[in-house]
Amino acid sequence: MVNNQTNRLDRVFSALGDPTRRAILARLAREEGLSVSDLAAPFEIKLPAVMKHLDVLAEVGLIRRTKRGRTVTVELSPRPLKSAVDWLQRYERFWETRLDRLTRYAERKEREAQDQGE
Amino acid sequence: MNQVTLVRRIGARPSIVFEALTTSEGISSWFGPDDGAVLSAALDVRVGGSYRIRFRRTDGTEHECTGQFLEIEAPRRIVMSWQWACGSPPEEEGDEHVSRLEYHLRPIDTGTELTLIHAGLRTEASARSHTSGWGGALDKLMRMFAH
Repeated sequence: MVNNQTNRLDRVFSALGDPTRRAILARLAREEGLSVSDLAAPFEIKLPAVMKHLDVLAEVGLIRRTKRGRTVTVELSPRPLKSAVDWLQRYERFWETRLDRLTRYAERKEREAQDQGE
Repeated sequence: MNQVTLVRRIGARPSIVFEALTTSEGISSWFGPDDGAVLSAALDVRVGGSYRIRFRRTDGTEHECTGQFLEIEAPRRIVMSWQWACGSPPEEEGDEHVSRLEYHLRPIDTGTELTLIHAGLRTEASARSHTSGWGGALDKLMRMFAH
């Protein structure tokens, strides 16, 4: 059974798995109003390859492309990234509490074992 | 970075920590937000064996997680699949799928260094992204969106 939400988070992480795409996102976070050619400028790969990366990012909703006249500008769209960050933070909190309790339990068991000369 | 990695130094020998991770008595003692939170813990600790843990959260709701043991190397390593069982209300996006949980136990002078890795996704793509690393710029980006 296909679950839309599951696949979406999967695809966000997959999109973020490429270093060129991460570099594109990092640049969009620093500068506003960049066009597609502005973005392509620093990379050694050619424009069509950059556009393919932008397609992947747009498809998972990490960027928005807007056409103004003959220029296409690119903007960061933070919501999918926020979902990914939220997932990580939730599970970090989940496990931190439990590991605290595991530590206390195991250390108590260790003291008991030592008291019994084990 | 599609995974949570936590490291703890525990003042107990690895066999004791391993037991705490793989026995019903152990799990019942710590696998909840507070005392008495674990309602049941059944574990068939062998490769291919399954586990099922039912616990109550501080808001009173009951949840059940389940999965299979994929790798076991006592007392050093346990790898298992993880998912929230049907009927257990998934809270938010990403809770419905199967993830991967690993425990690594390393003996140290003072006891055990325990590393927990909870990887959110089990697709090949996520495995690649995990090994290629994320770099400082993206970490900063993600911290921006955390607020």
